[in-house]
Amino acid sequence: MKDHHIGNMKALILVGGYGTRLRPLTLSRPKPLVEFGNKPMMLHQIEALVEAGVTQIVLAVSYRAELLEQELKVQEEKLGVTITFSYEEEPLGTAGPLALAREILGSNDEPFFVLNSDVICDFPFKDMARFHKNHGREGTIVVTKVEEPSKYGVVVYHPESGKIDSFVEKPQEFVSNKINAGLYIFSPSMLNRIQLRPTSIEKEVFPHMAADSNLYAMELQGFWMDVGQPKDFLTGMCLYLTSLKQKGGHLLHHGDGVLGNVLVDPSAKIGRNCRIGPNVTIGPDVVIEDGVCIKRCTVLKGAVIKSHSWLNSCIIGWRCHVGRWVRMENVSVLGEDVTVKDEIYINGGRILPHKSISESVPDPQIIM
Amino acid sequence: MIKGIILIGGPMKGTRFRPLSLELPKPLFPVAGFPMIYHHIEACSKVPDLKEVLLIGFYQPNAALNHFIMEVHQEFKLQVRYFQEYQALGTAGGLYHFRDQILAGNPEAFFVMNADVCGDFPLNEMLEFHRKTGNGDTHTMLGTEATQQQSLNYGCIVENKDTHEVVHYVEKPGSYVSSIINCGTYLFSPDIMKYLAAAFQKNQENFCTDSIESSLSPSTKECIFLESEIFMDLASTGKLFVYQTTNFWSQVKSAGATIYANRHYLAIYHRTHPDRLAKNGEGKPTIIGDVYIHPSASVHESATLGPNVTVGKNVVIGEGVRVRESLVLEGSTILDHTLILYSIIGWNSVVGSWSRVEGTPNDPNPNKPFAKLEVSDLFNSEGKLNPSITVIGSNVQIPSEVVILNSLVLPHKDLGRSYKNQIIL
Repeated sequence: MKDHHIGNMKALILVGGYGTRLRPLTLSRPKPLVEFGNKPMMLHQIEALVEAGVTQIVLAVSYRAELLEQELKVQEEKLGVTITFSYEEEPLGTAGPLALAREILGSNDEPFFVLNSDVICDFPFKDMARFHKNHGREGTIVVTKVEEPSKYGVVVYHPESGKIDSFVEKPQEFVSNKINAGLYIFSPSMLNRIQLRPTSIEKEVFPHMAADSNLYAMELQGFWMDVGQPKDFLTGMCLYLTSLKQKGGHLLHHGDGVLGNVLVDPSAKIGRNCRIGPNVTIGPDVVIEDGVCIKRCTVLKGAVIKSHSWLNSCIIGWRCHVGRWVRMENVSVLGEDVTVKDEIYINGGRILPHKSISESVPDPQIIM
Repeated sequence: MIKGIILIGGPMKGTRFRPLSLELPKPLFPVAGFPMIYHHIEACSKVPDLKEVLLIGFYQPNAALNHFIMEVHQEFKLQVRYFQEYQALGTAGGLYHFRDQILAGNPEAFFVMNADVCGDFPLNEMLEFHRKTGNGDTHTMLGTEATQQQSLNYGCIVENKDTHEVVHYVEKPGSYVSSIINCGTYLFSPDIMKYLAAAFQKNQENFCTDSIESSLSPSTKECIFLESEIFMDLASTGKLFVYQTTNFWSQVKSAGATIYANRHYLAIYHRTHPDRLAKNGEGKPTIIGDVYIHPSASVHESATLGPNVTVGKNVVIGEGVRVRESLVLEGSTILDHTLILYSIIGWNSVVGSWSRVEGTPNDPNPNKPFAKLEVSDLFNSEGKLNPSITVIGSNVQIPSEVVILNSLVLPHKDLGRSYKNQIIL
């Protein structure tokens, strides 16, 4: 159901560079197309934006990726939304891309969304628009609560109005446990603050907006994760599956040997005497043979896991072959089309695409 | 008439064999399904004139040893007796102490075999060779070729290439002497007692005078060592000969060496006991290479075993289990989907499902002719455990879904998590 009060809105997604933190997966596919919970990462955002009434989306990209353009052409038609690519000649940081897309973002008086492409959560776009209209100032940023604020930059704001007072980078003394969640909504006038040059929105724009009393914080309900690297990708997947469960869980898989929240594409095949879960995502055309145990893993499209293997906290890339009696754990990531021979042990290994692994990797290591 | 004597040592020996020797005298540790010295006794039983085997050592008489003696007596129709030294008497002190028993019935000659070696013992060939060397007063030692570097860890034999007479013998030399090494297997004529008596007398006299200042001297004056006290003097007298073999032979000093010994004894079964090797068939587990499964063991048909695996008495192996290059000892249980590689699973231990127990082989370099098993230290120069065979002591519980890598686990432990490169007390 589209909310017609806030229709015809626009959004900018900050895709940026090559997604090196998610290598070896991003050596085969642009990061926005890597499947998270059996759906390309970016589609989680685009679908939520469309749902909230956004009709035009700009992707700010600093490299050309044909695969990304093709895929989004398909989605454009499917979702009835206009998707434009805004290519940066040089990386423009987190604010520069707004200036580059000024014509689209500032084409009318409606506020526009800006989001970080690595963020996964229950996207609160409608709430953001409402909240933003209510305070009537230039910007709203979504904040989320963290356990260890000393590792992040935190946001200090008025608990009732949400008006942001200041930003504190890696606070030694507790001042706040809320951090910038990478989701924003701005009024077009905000674009006047940004020039077409590499700029950090967090460091060079927000402090000024806060000083002018033009920036408000809205607290996020539910889960949030920056899934830009493998460890967080898996943590985010657990949170995402939990949220699917809370929403009724009709997408989740049930059956013999399935434990906890498990997402399985209907085309995947699972053998006898397996134990799958908790927190596992199994992609299309995946084959899991008999007697396999998988916990806290994402297995991408077309991978084969042979009998009696044990996988915990791993990402198995597209079309990989994992042999029999293989043990993989500790955020091991297999790139596309990797073969792991029988009886191999991989502990925290990052394996580049198209490799064949015939010797164990007992300690965390990158295999070129 | 010929006799066989096996030197089985005692409880203070074989410490490198821990934690497995904590439960059972090391000579009774099963390799390829049978106690180590069973293979010695079987070799003795193949010598036509050999009717009696004497075990000499300083273990207290115990049920395991008595039971073993009864079993081999019945199986090989040999008289087998154990003679207990009142304390450790070295490799020759016991021979001298029990000389009356050894020489009773006037044997033509007697074999002496160290228990801590394994091999395809060519006893008949040795005897044939021995009979050609003299007039019943000569002695023959079994020798085999080693690499120059490894020879330094063994007794080294220099022979006259034409006559095979031993012209020089030295134990563990500091520099290279000869690549023919002592296999710890000898054939002595009764005349050897003359030399033992002389060494005994000498020790009696010297012990009174310089035992206080010399810490290197034997602990008692009755202690005699073949290697350092007899062979050195016997070499070049024309009475000591060496019979060289190219058959399989290895020391079995460490627990890990039993994996190597197991592999070779299983290979020998092809010739001696093909019936002991498991075969593939419908409703049976998948067998790769040489595998021995005790008839009382229960192995699920979906399991895959081998190569070089021994499964002991009453062992239970679950669905989809994989075992390679390992020993699974009596009474232990391996639950479903678990993988065992280069490991020894001790008596009555349980390994949970989807676990991985893995060691690192330290096999001889296959590219070096005559290379032997390397006797490596437990720890490296940085104080870290050297990767080796994983040994799980008896009555250990290993949970499901863990990895135990290059570790030694002492008996009666209940492990709660994964371990790597550790000794678990």
